[in-house]
Amino acid sequence: MAFVNLQNVTYKYPLTEKPVLQNLSLQIQEGEFVSVIGPNGAGKSTLCYALAGFVPHFFKGEINGEIEVDGKKSSESTLDEWVLNVGLAFQNPFNQISGAKYTVFEEIAFGLENIGVPREEMKKRVEEAMSLTGISELADRSPYSLSGGQQQRVALTSILVMRPRLLVLDEPTSQMDPIGTREVFGVVRRMAEEGMTVVMVEHKVEWIANFADRVIALKEGQVLMEGKPNEVLTSDLLAESGFGISRYTSTAREAKKRGLWKKENLPVTLDEAVKGFKS
Amino acid sequence: MKIEINNLRFTYPTGLEALKGISLTINPGEQVAIVGQNGAGKTTLVRHFNGLLKPTSGAVSIGEWETTKYSTAKLASRVGYVFQNPDEQLFSRDVLTEVSFGPKNLGYEKSKVDELVKRAMALTELHDKTDTNPYDLSPTWRKMVALASIIAMDTPIIIFDEPTTGQDAVNVGRIANVIAELKREGKTVITITHDIDFCAENFERIIALAKGQVLLDGSARDILGQEEILAQTYVDPPQLTRLGKMLGLKEIVTRPEEFLKAIL
Repeated sequence: MAFVNLQNVTYKYPLTEKPVLQNLSLQIQEGEFVSVIGPNGAGKSTLCYALAGFVPHFFKGEINGEIEVDGKKSSESTLDEWVLNVGLAFQNPFNQISGAKYTVFEEIAFGLENIGVPREEMKKRVEEAMSLTGISELADRSPYSLSGGQQQRVALTSILVMRPRLLVLDEPTSQMDPIGTREVFGVVRRMAEEGMTVVMVEHKVEWIANFADRVIALKEGQVLMEGKPNEVLTSDLLAESGFGISRYTSTAREAKKRGLWKKENLPVTLDEAVKGFKS
Repeated sequence: MKIEINNLRFTYPTGLEALKGISLTINPGEQVAIVGQNGAGKTTLVRHFNGLLKPTSGAVSIGEWETTKYSTAKLASRVGYVFQNPDEQLFSRDVLTEVSFGPKNLGYEKSKVDELVKRAMALTELHDKTDTNPYDLSPTWRKMVALASIIAMDTPIIIFDEPTTGQDAVNVGRIANVIAELKREGKTVITITHDIDFCAENFERIIALAKGQVLLDGSARDILGQEEILAQTYVDPPQLTRLGKMLGLKEIVTRPEEFLKAIL
């Protein structure tokens, strides 16, 4: 039995006419790191909300089909039960930061306070989480005094500290510099190695190919393709459907037409491109 | 219109010194990308151009106007600023009202306002969304509304703060088209971005900031090959530049066509 199981999920927000998710089914194994890609409007954020229980418990609307995490059905749970298992870092950190705390340290402790973790353990966990994501030096700053990328790290840390079984990340690196991006992918990979299940919406395909186990390509609320990162990210179907692709892939595809790329498979990462162009 | 920045320092009320002596000249019609790690001072720097922030010491001039002597409302006629997060700038009931707000407030005649709004909506492909409430649009389209509302002000200088974040390939292409069109019109375009490939493909000049100072400033080709120095401010060279280097190409390549020529 898959750890995450979506069966024929169709969902429509209140006041909208068209469903955002359309008969969507997918399975994710425990400890798997899955990356979700897709054009704007494909339903990526809505999928995140559905996994995190906000759809439908918070947003309401009409839902059909079943969402299960660790054998429990979303339809039979309340949001406060659900969030103990599933953590979501929002696309826009500004929407996630509580506004109730004066320092980054307190902000990260907020979730633990709410589930009644003892003070000493809470301090220890917050310090560990901040050191993991490299924000220890921001501990005493106000969350609102930070740059966009720094806020994103705080938002991510405040979810990681809860140690959810399923970690859902909606474009967690969109405002980060490249080294910050690589570090976040590294941290997330490590979490997956330790048994956390990860669903990460991202546009940065080079890093997806380097770190994720599997890629799910969404389009118009449905799964267009899924499989190993290289397989999905180099497919012609993706390039034709308005998905972002790596410059290595697009350049090698052009090189192949001119006889300058000899291999069958196209590259997504620097390593693959170097090997391919050398041969 | 020229931007001159002379030994600019800025300290936030919290005591954080975000800019530590920056001197730059940006010439009329230049296309400049500003890169650098999170917290390097990129947004703090550009917010001095329209007077949202005023120097702690040093000076910023837009044309002959020194920013300390003019209000942000005044400076808005010379410098348009598109926020990183569109939700910080949108407030109108429908897209048309939103996009018309800026040019109306600059006191243009109605016919000119109409013309500017029409052009901005066409450029950002919003023409079929005029009556929609901006908050009923997806974040992608809200970003385009934010872009349109600034473009419609027809300022000689336009600043984009991370225009491509969270945008898919199609929309990044749209934004590149907008920038190319503004260039043709002779506007100065200043863009903050972490998307170094986007930067390589759309900008001639690159300024890398690190810890409140200018680390590198020059043509895209000169800057983007300097891997070790760029690493100091957490910037990677573009994908094709890195690939070219690994393959031992003699020249620095930044764009697909250059790369394909170089490997022949």
